[in-house]
Amino acid sequence: MNFLCAFLFSGIFCLFAQIFLDNTKLTPGHVTSFFTVFGAFLGLVGLYDKFISFAGAGATTIISNFGYMLYKGAYLGFQENGILGLFTGLLQYSSCAITGAVLFSFVLTLIFKPKD
Amino acid sequence: MNKDEYNKLVKRLTPKENKSKNALVAFLVGGFIGFLAEVFATIVMEFTGLSRVDAYLVTCLVVIFLSCLFTALGFFDNWVTKVKMGIILPTTGFAHSIMSAGLDYKKDGFITGIGANFFKLAGSVILYGMVSAFLFAIIGVILYG
Repeated sequence: MNFLCAFLFSGIFCLFAQIFLDNTKLTPGHVTSFFTVFGAFLGLVGLYDKFISFAGAGATTIISNFGYMLYKGAYLGFQENGILGLFTGLLQYSSCAITGAVLFSFVLTLIFKPKD
Repeated sequence: MNKDEYNKLVKRLTPKENKSKNALVAFLVGGFIGFLAEVFATIVMEFTGLSRVDAYLVTCLVVIFLSCLFTALGFFDNWVTKVKMGIILPTTGFAHSIMSAGLDYKKDGFITGIGANFFKLAGSVILYGMVSAFLFAIIGVILYG
């Protein structure tokens, strides 16, 4: 059941993104940026928590999760440290994705040559 | 040839972007990525005893690593052009954009090539994500305390 929910959730988000892309003149960059902001918004409304609890990794692998993690970091940072916490907490949870992407890409860039 | 016939001809000859097919492919591939991630996270939880949250982070790292590796090996670009949002919207797209920028500008050297262009495509996601999350967090603090 969990697996089905993960499939449906992630699939439906991608479906909407594709419909967006096909019916407007936006580029994939616009659409991913929009979905990141949308994820942060869903975090604010309190919906993304629920999505993660029923769709699991289906909700945590799409880019909206990045926005949600940023929101969560800043919000929880404020609870701990006040205004300074907004700044120190913002990247706390999303650090995993950014650091991972940067490190893996850099090491692989050194090893591999571009192909055309 | 009158105007009506001409319009019909134009309609017939414009290459059709099969939107419903695109949408279906995006749905299936995007869903499949989410499904695989959930399967992997469940396996990680079973075998290492990590908490749910940590297992999702591990999954996220593995997804990012695989998409970087596939991009470096050269066949991921084809997948992206075929599937589009089904692959770009999951974290795979984020990793792919950084990795391909790194590879494309490798010839320009470490600082002006890789360094200056690394975040060329992923930059907008990070920038607008951070700015909007910061604003939303302030709103959240005002709303929920």
